[in-house]
Amino acid sequence: MRDAVGGVQSVLVLGGTSEIALATVRRMVDQGCRTVLLAARNPDDCLAAAAAVREAGATTVDTLAFDALDTASHGTVIDEAFTRHGDLDVVLLAFGVLGDQAEFEADPAKAVAAVQVNYVGAVSAGLHVARNLRRQGHGTLVVLSSVAGERVRKTNFVYGSSKAGLDGFAQGLGDSLVGTGASVLVVRPGFVHTRMTEGMEPAPLSTTPEVVAEAVTDGLAKGQAVVWAPAPLRLVMSGLRHLPRPLWRKASERG
Amino acid sequence: METPATTEVLAGWGGTAPSAAGVVRPTSVDELAGALDDPPERGVIARGLGRCYGDEAQNAGGRVVDTTAVSGIVDLDLRQGVCTAAAGTSLEDLMRWLVPLGWFVPVTPGTRFVTVGGAIANDIHGKNHHKGGSWCNHVSALTLRLPGGDTVRVTPDSDPDLFWATAGGLGLTGIILDATFDLHPIETSRLLVDTDRTPDLDATLALMDESDDEYPYSVAWIDLMKTGAGMGRSILGRGAFAPLDALPAKDRTPGRARAFSPSTRATFPPLAPNGLINPLTVTAFNELWYRKAPKRRRGELQTITTFFHPLDMVERWNRVYGPVGFLQWQFVVPFGEEQTLRRIISALCDEGCTSFLAVLKRFGAANPGPLSFPLPGWTLALDIPAGPSSLARLIDRLDDEVVAAGGRLYLAKDSRVRPELLEAMYPRLDEWRAVRARVDPDGVLRSDLARRLGL
Ligand SMILES: Cc1cc2nc3c(=O)[nH]c(=O)nc-3n(C[C@H](O)[C@H](O)[C@H](O)COP(=O)(O)OP(=O)(O)OC[C@H]3O[C@@H](n4cnc5c(N)ncnc54)[C@H](O)[C@@H]3O)c2cc1C
Ligand SMILES: NC(=O)c1ccc[n+]([C@@H]2O[C@H](COP(=O)([O-])OP(=O)(O)OC[C@H]3O[C@@H](n4cnc5c(N)ncnc54)[C@H](OP(=O)(O)O)[C@@H]3O)[C@@H](O)[C@H]2O)c1
Repeated sequence: MRDAVGGVQSVLVLGGTSEIALATVRRMVDQGCRTVLLAARNPDDCLAAAAAVREAGATTVDTLAFDALDTASHGTVIDEAFTRHGDLDVVLLAFGVLGDQAEFEADPAKAVAAVQVNYVGAVSAGLHVARNLRRQGHGTLVVLSSVAGERVRKTNFVYGSSKAGLDGFAQGLGDSLVGTGASVLVVRPGFVHTRMTEGMEPAPLSTTPEVVAEAVTDGLAKGQAVVWAPAPLRLVMSGLRHLPRPLWRKASERG
Repeated sequence: METPATTEVLAGWGGTAPSAAGVVRPTSVDELAGALDDPPERGVIARGLGRCYGDEAQNAGGRVVDTTAVSGIVDLDLRQGVCTAAAGTSLEDLMRWLVPLGWFVPVTPGTRFVTVGGAIANDIHGKNHHKGGSWCNHVSALTLRLPGGDTVRVTPDSDPDLFWATAGGLGLTGIILDATFDLHPIETSRLLVDTDRTPDLDATLALMDESDDEYPYSVAWIDLMKTGAGMGRSILGRGAFAPLDALPAKDRTPGRARAFSPSTRATFPPLAPNGLINPLTVTAFNELWYRKAPKRRRGELQTITTFFHPLDMVERWNRVYGPVGFLQWQFVVPFGEEQTLRRIISALCDEGCTSFLAVLKRFGAANPGPLSFPLPGWTLALDIPAGPSSLARLIDRLDDEVVAAGGRLYLAKDSRVRPELLEAMYPRLDEWRAVRARVDPDGVLRSDLARRLGL
């Protein structure tokens, strides 16, 4: 169960190797979280992280297999996660692929696969999580969206549009859960230094997984529905959102 | 289960960590008893007026039984001063009915808006603890509905283990249907109050040690915003019910002498912005409160509300903390641990802990309840705005000091303690667990607090 200062006791990560997710989990464990479940395509990839959170104080640490593309398995996997160690206070939906816009355009099948992870897989997993949270009567689904979905740029419109879809889905789901005790927290990071963005030229206001982690735990403590990381992005994007199209095209020229 | 359940989001008085449950509102004792039948997978818990600060009267995804419509006096012996009331009866109603008849509840907390069931489940204490003990010291019998369908009449003699496990038992040993308790005779509805303003903590503790026993009711409001030499400065308010001849002649008719018609003066508007409580407003408020008290005043006549329930004059005052809510932290440390008390107060002052006047009280003897909070020593209670803050860490650290001193936290106020500390705070937890396993082997009675603390 959550406590009054925003501490959570248990968390499930879908995308259990994500650097942003693991930074968030570290912060939660530091604040008293004791049960951590890491779900990934290959659960063995989570073993090092699992050992680290145990070292940091988590007492129940477990890994399980989860593939965003295998939507048929989501119901079973997620139900299992909710029963294995009792209630889940937070589920972090962290999986996602960035891909390469040029490759997507050259091979649309690759674009479809990316969208299937980022959007289709997230819709499927998100709905299964929501069903469990509703039954439980409490808990928060944290969705890693992106500023890329806030206003889609021509230089990464496949990824951006998948995040735009995900963002809309997550907001609508959050609204639908009002009154059920469950909630959704939409997280909109900017450019975060992780392996996903490795080798890319950092965008202005680029940030770290730890900053995103803090935005998540603070957002949970305050019961917020949307957080930005870093926080000033909110203002920046509220300006950019209304930029006339020709200006936006120019502004979004860079990767 | 006769009454249909509606899904509702519930939280404690602090407004933190809400959760949803199917709420049923029985309107008779039979329906209340039936509310434990056919329990859902996630169990059942009773809820009174929701004045606990944290999550003990809610049950995410399960059933919550709102007892407040099962209210009223079942039996009243005006000669002996013994009352049997349904579990959902509020202390407010009891006072309205009984004060004009010359009787007062045996114990009253800082609000009248608590039920008889809630009073037992937290074994509540009041300003008279140093003389009269807590609520369950005054209960001679209670009727308890157990999971499985038995209804039992429990007295401290018939089944002492179950009786005392239910006293402070957080609603986890059964649903209380009614209780029989002693009343306190009064000649008037006014109190004769002595006020003393003390300059610092030493003076506060010394004065309480020296003369608390001269008064049936005593409490100190301590100013946690004051640092330095004046740290721990307080206003002591101590008193007793006034005898008839202490009233002005015109007020000595039975109607006037025992008049009790409290009214709330204001309702705090909803959705207060989160910034309303800040160190500046609180310092100013506390300063004003301290200054407005006389240095020493004797024999002032006060009403029941002014003396016992000043906060009840503003309905929904908890909204002042805004939607994020707040928590209350209340601990007790045994006598002899005054240095711990001082270290904790000093740590809170240094942190600039934004708290309105905190309450300091000397407890008397404990009772046999394994989860009953009071033990002989000093108890301090303070409100803290919730949400992310460095205070959470500080309070975590202070919990350790409390434990090291042989003290504990009050679970009626808790919404954040680390579960691993519970056993040290309540060393007889296993005894309580054994009784619970006996009466509820399938774990039907469950609450968010029980889940959070792994009870
Ligand atoms: C302003 C304020 C001041 C306070 N001052 C004090 C004080 O001075 N001293 C003190 O001791 N406390 C104090 N409290 C706390 C309060 O007295 C307790 O939390 C009390 O238990 C609340 O009663 P309730 O009817 O609101 O119960 P709830 O808050 O609804 O429930 C509290 C517990 O009682 C259980 N319960 C309720 N009814 C039943 C039943 N019929 N059968 C079984 N279990 C039941 C619930 O399951 C839950 O565990 C204060 C609270 C406030 C808001
Ligand atoms: N980094 C940024 O700049 C940035 C900015 C905004 C938003 N985000 C979003 O934040 C989230 C986390 O990203 P990150 O930066 O932490 O990158 P990351 O470390 O690369 O994490 C991505 C995660 O997605 C998982 N994943 C990919 N395909 C999957 C599939 N089919 N099934 C299950 N899991 C799959 C990966 O698991 P494997 O180990 O199995 O590959 C990995 O755990 C993503 O949703 C991302 O879009 C990132």
